[in-house]
Amino acid sequence: MSDASVENSVYGLMAEFDSPQELVDAAHKTHGAGYKEIDAFSPFPIEGLADAIGFHKNNVALVVLICGIIGGLSGYLLQYYVAVLSYPVNVGGRPLHSWPSFIIVTFELTILFGGISAAVGMLALNGLPLPYHPVFNVPAFSKASDNKFFLVVSSTDPKYDATRTREFLKGLAPRAVSEVPS
Amino acid sequence: MATQTQIPVEVPVEDQRAPVIEPGHSFSTIGEKVSNIVLKRPVSLGWIFGFLVMFSVMNMLLMAMGYLFLKGTGIWGITIPIGWGFAIINFVWWIGIGHAGTLISAILALLRQSWRNSINRFAEAMTLFAVACAGIFPLIHTGRPWLAYWMFPYPNSMNVWPQFRSPLIWDVFAVSTYGTISLVFWFVGLIPDLATLRDRAENPVIRGIFGILAMGWRGSARHWHRYETAYLLLAGLATPLVLSVHTVVSFDFAVSIVPGWHTTIFPPYFVAGAIYSGFAMVLCLAIPIRAVYGMEDFITMRHLENSGKVMLATGLIVAYGYFIEAFMGWYSGNTFDSFLLWNRLHGPYAAWYWSLLTSNIFIPQLLWLKKFRTSTFWLWVISLIVLVGMWLERFIIIVVSLHRDFLNSAWGMYYPTKWDWMTYIGTIGLFLTLMWLFVRVLPMVSIAELRTLLPEAHVREEEEVHK
Repeated sequence: MSDASVENSVYGLMAEFDSPQELVDAAHKTHGAGYKEIDAFSPFPIEGLADAIGFHKNNVALVVLICGIIGGLSGYLLQYYVAVLSYPVNVGGRPLHSWPSFIIVTFELTILFGGISAAVGMLALNGLPLPYHPVFNVPAFSKASDNKFFLVVSSTDPKYDATRTREFLKGLAPRAVSEVPS
Repeated sequence: MATQTQIPVEVPVEDQRAPVIEPGHSFSTIGEKVSNIVLKRPVSLGWIFGFLVMFSVMNMLLMAMGYLFLKGTGIWGITIPIGWGFAIINFVWWIGIGHAGTLISAILALLRQSWRNSINRFAEAMTLFAVACAGIFPLIHTGRPWLAYWMFPYPNSMNVWPQFRSPLIWDVFAVSTYGTISLVFWFVGLIPDLATLRDRAENPVIRGIFGILAMGWRGSARHWHRYETAYLLLAGLATPLVLSVHTVVSFDFAVSIVPGWHTTIFPPYFVAGAIYSGFAMVLCLAIPIRAVYGMEDFITMRHLENSGKVMLATGLIVAYGYFIEAFMGWYSGNTFDSFLLWNRLHGPYAAWYWSLLTSNIFIPQLLWLKKFRTSTFWLWVISLIVLVGMWLERFIIIVVSLHRDFLNSAWGMYYPTKWDWMTYIGTIGLFLTLMWLFVRVLPMVSIAELRTLLPEAHVREEEEVHK
């Protein structure tokens, strides 16, 4: 029982690296060793890092596609409703459903919905805004937005073991390995 | 066994061009240099003085608008036949200036132009502020700005709806979408940098503010993965958007039957003109800012020279537009179109038209010469001239086309009043006040994107690692 409560109070183990190359290599090795609940942190996007921790595909594009289509449809249907059904105005005998004039607003609303959903969808899928996260408990993590690179193995990983995982991470030649209190 | 070949990840710059980032920088020094302007640099007397000047100019705008709301648009120089005076001239001018920011951030991102990374942030800020200035004009031009929400479609007790066949309503949608997407794009780009500022700030209040704005960004690889997808999609969406905005603005004119407005060349030539004036504004701001804030390492001669080249190219498209307008005036054989050409060259506003040709076509040809493209002084002067020229272009299009159209009995002249000038100059004050604040409270250069330009930011391929 007491063992479980100790493990619950630990978010995981964090290894600190000096360069993107070291982080990507370490992430590959950790993922290759069978750890699945891992995350890597860097001050800028690193090509291939997400692949290295086993994260290959995200759903942002799907969200944007769906919202863009909704935006376009609502733009067109709004204009159809207004110009044909609710408030028909005869302009020089032209048809009420004068679709060429509706293209622009349809286009703009597609972009508007798609663009907003790209930002909001990205944040929502990332779980942001988030007022608290355990990784910030490690003092050195303030350098994660500067010039240091971090790899975290979560304590929820089935293969996680406080001693053996620490030994494994030390074998990756990091600058330091520290425990992340939850 | 596997050979230890080192594949260079970054193609070295072999020619004589200046680098996009001066050598000797590391991940840390980039963050330090950019964030210190916000966090450490003391507020200088020069900054306060400049701010007070800009702030007073901005207040002139507020006074002019206050008097306008009291008296109505009769205080302006607009009359019949010239119902669209300064308000629309300045609206088109400001919206056009905004276009360079989106071009740099979206189109150059899609084209993978690495030189965009150090100027996109403040170019996007420039876009936002320019759109804010632009938005004021159609609003106050309505005469009753407190009823401006009537332009949006919403169910109302009057049982009326906007007329969606009108370009003016298209404009409402185009400009408001453009402003919103520019803000979203700018903010998404800022998030990682706000996290950097949060982590570097020593003052707990400032750290708290940047902490809230950064929304808990922690640089997770999964987050970066989604972030990059979102950023790419935003760039992909903003690219057709920026091309559409000035196209829609040009429809305000081209859909009408006024000689000088009713032409099919308008959309491409308006978009090119917008980018032309936008890059002129980028140079106008970048040259003094990089000197004052010591940003020469990040905004190098390469950026300035490339902006000069974009100006030259878009300027030539604009020149082509002028040429086609003149050609069609002659070739169409239409009395009103030929008269428009004659009236531009010899009419009461001929001096304005010749100044326009001089400042938009003749003087910028100096940019063919490397000597002028690589001189900050000359680039700055040419940019100012282009900004004036692009303002004159809108004056010519609006005023000269309207003042003498089909019936001689309906001819007139346009004389802007002091309220027109106060409103126009006041928006320049508003724009510069916002810019003045922006460079001190937010990172003016994208820290995260600059870091990706360093050679050590690139990692070797997987196969090589596990050789």
